[in-house]
Amino acid sequence: MSFEGVDYFDIDGMLSDEERQVRDMVRRWVDENVMPIIDEHYVEHEFPSQLVPEMAELGFYGANLPQEYGCAGLNNVAYGLIMQELERGDSGIRSFASVQGALVMYPIYEFGSEEQRREWLPKLASGEAIGCFGLTEPDFGSNPGGMRTRARKDGDEWVINGTKMWITNGSMADVAVIWAKTGEGDDPDDIRGFIVETDREGYTGKDQEGKLSLLASDTSEIALQDVRVPEENLLPESDGLVSALKCLTQARYGIAWGACGAAMACYREAVDYAGERTQFDDEPIAGTQLQQTRLAEMLTDITRAQLLAYRLGRLKDEGTMRPQQVSMAKRNNVDMACECAREARRLLGANGILVEYQSMRHMANLESVYTYEGTHDIHGLILGQDITGIPAY
Amino acid sequence: MNIIVCVKRVPDSGTRVRVTGDGRGIDTSGVKYVVNPYDEFAVEEAIQIREERGEGQVTALCLGPDEAEEQLRNALAMGADDAVLLEAEPPMDGLTVARELAAELEDRDFDLLLFGKQAIDDDNMQVPPMVAEILGLPCATVVVDLDVEDGRAVARREVEGGHEMVELELPAVVSTQKGLNEPRYADLKGIMAAKKKPLEKKEVELAEASTELLSMREPEEGTDGEIVGEGAEAAPELARRLHEEAKVL
Ligand SMILES: Cc1cc2nc3c(=O)[nH]c(=O)nc-3n(C[C@H](O)[C@H](O)[C@H](O)COP(=O)(O)OP(=O)(O)OC[C@H]3O[C@@H](n4cnc5c(N)ncnc54)[C@H](O)[C@@H]3O)c2cc1C
Repeated sequence: MSFEGVDYFDIDGMLSDEERQVRDMVRRWVDENVMPIIDEHYVEHEFPSQLVPEMAELGFYGANLPQEYGCAGLNNVAYGLIMQELERGDSGIRSFASVQGALVMYPIYEFGSEEQRREWLPKLASGEAIGCFGLTEPDFGSNPGGMRTRARKDGDEWVINGTKMWITNGSMADVAVIWAKTGEGDDPDDIRGFIVETDREGYTGKDQEGKLSLLASDTSEIALQDVRVPEENLLPESDGLVSALKCLTQARYGIAWGACGAAMACYREAVDYAGERTQFDDEPIAGTQLQQTRLAEMLTDITRAQLLAYRLGRLKDEGTMRPQQVSMAKRNNVDMACECAREARRLLGANGILVEYQSMRHMANLESVYTYEGTHDIHGLILGQDITGIPAY
Repeated sequence: MNIIVCVKRVPDSGTRVRVTGDGRGIDTSGVKYVVNPYDEFAVEEAIQIREERGEGQVTALCLGPDEAEEQLRNALAMGADDAVLLEAEPPMDGLTVARELAAELEDRDFDLLLFGKQAIDDDNMQVPPMVAEILGLPCATVVVDLDVEDGRAVARREVEGGHEMVELELPAVVSTQKGLNEPRYADLKGIMAAKKKPLEKKEVELAEASTELLSMREPEEGTDGEIVGEGAEAAPELARRLHEEAKVL
């Protein structure tokens, strides 16, 4: 059965034919290719890497980047809809596509030289190369500006030393975009981005064990020990921490949409279950006031989040979107999705803890999404600073 | 090789269809429309034939309302080269549709005319053979395998309890069945490219229908099934019920 979606305020009516067509295609692809296998991969703690080539063929990676580099050249609303549909399947699948597109292809496109773009973007778009993004370190998460990783110039090479933590795709990547300090002191303005092929000597990726969230995703620790890259591997236009943060803005934008997808999956599951499950006099639990208001809250919250994402997309396409608006949408929408998933899980009773239902998988996944790409708290602080002018980090 | 594929705009099989108050049509509000699934096999086959031969033109043709542009764009996104929309509300009457399509096709040069074996909305299965008849072309329906060589085609048809091989001289009409191929997803580049492909719209006046729709009715609410037991132990009870209650044994 194909996924019905959730559209209480006729957002479809504001989409172009083409945007709808993109959404419908990805939705169907997720129905046919993700839904049948995701439970098993989740339980096995395994990213479904067999899906990588097909997602590439369909054009999911960096889909909002220009066609001249082998990308689909979609607008940002269509791009957001792809993220929504992928995360309706699983946050791990969306994370993979987000990292590949927004955190690896985007920085190469935005801060790379023309040669770097021509070399890497077509390979990343076609899935021939998988990428990862190394910013976070064991001791620096919300405050990446404090990072210890350093790149030291040695002739016409850079020598990189440091440890990166919680890196999505870190073990399976062919190429890493690594952020490192290039100056003598500790100034975040000296942070620059490097393209590091993962087969270079001194690079090791190690799977993060013991996760209870985002299980169908590769999360790894990366160690860089005297890793030498030529001068051409520096992203020439990267300039300080702010460049890394610009990448995060792109990824967070996709997450604002993705969260809607996960919440839609949970809501649909809850509605279906409530209609079928009977208790007390053979009455469906959907007929109780308690479950009805629970569903009403979910639907209202999803609708509000969808409108935020939609408007954000139009602003991005008009070129007027501000990073603080992305913070608001990421913060609100992921929080909303966490709540929806939890409420759906509860509505499902004991069945809600089983992997054959989706809500608990989404609920556990969304805890990662709540934390990565700027925690819920940190986005609150970004908004707080925007409102008051006073940074409170 | 020129291939024309006819595609119809139909309600998505997942939508709950409701009959209008007057019993003469369906309530279209909130209905999601798709390319008729059997027509997707036809579009896929046409594209595969063109790809294998490395030449040819695939044209998608639809008789439908203005909104059917969406379904034609879908066919273009899958890989058709151009499209023609004959703008009219398609009637239930197969012969009217067949006549209109045939009138358009008469002036066109093609080697193969493909249809899905049936549209999932009215399930009539009339249009492909009727068009063939009007145009005086050979026709194979419910085809699960198709080989096209110069001047002829060999089709494997699904028939009751087996298969039948037929040879047709081109140009010919073929209607396609599930199993013929796996329709591809229209990829993102295809969707972007489809916007720029030629799509011609023509308003048409339909001839008077040869059949008249009297009324439509929704199926009666089925009563829930009953499980009488499990495994071999259930057999005696099942046999008793089939004999005494259903009276089929
Ligand atoms: C599954 C997963 C995948 C990830 N993938 C990547 C990746 O691909 N690349 C990458 O670079 N990183 C990645 N991350 C890292 C992620 O971005 C960080 O975990 C995140 O930025 C938070 O950092 P932290 O975990 O060190 O938490 P901390 O920064 O230590 O925060 C701990 C708590 O303190 C709060 N806090 C922190 N500072 C303040 C403050 N000033 N005021 C009030 N509260 C504060 C936080 O909100 C949080 O609740 C990933 C993380 C996860 C879980």
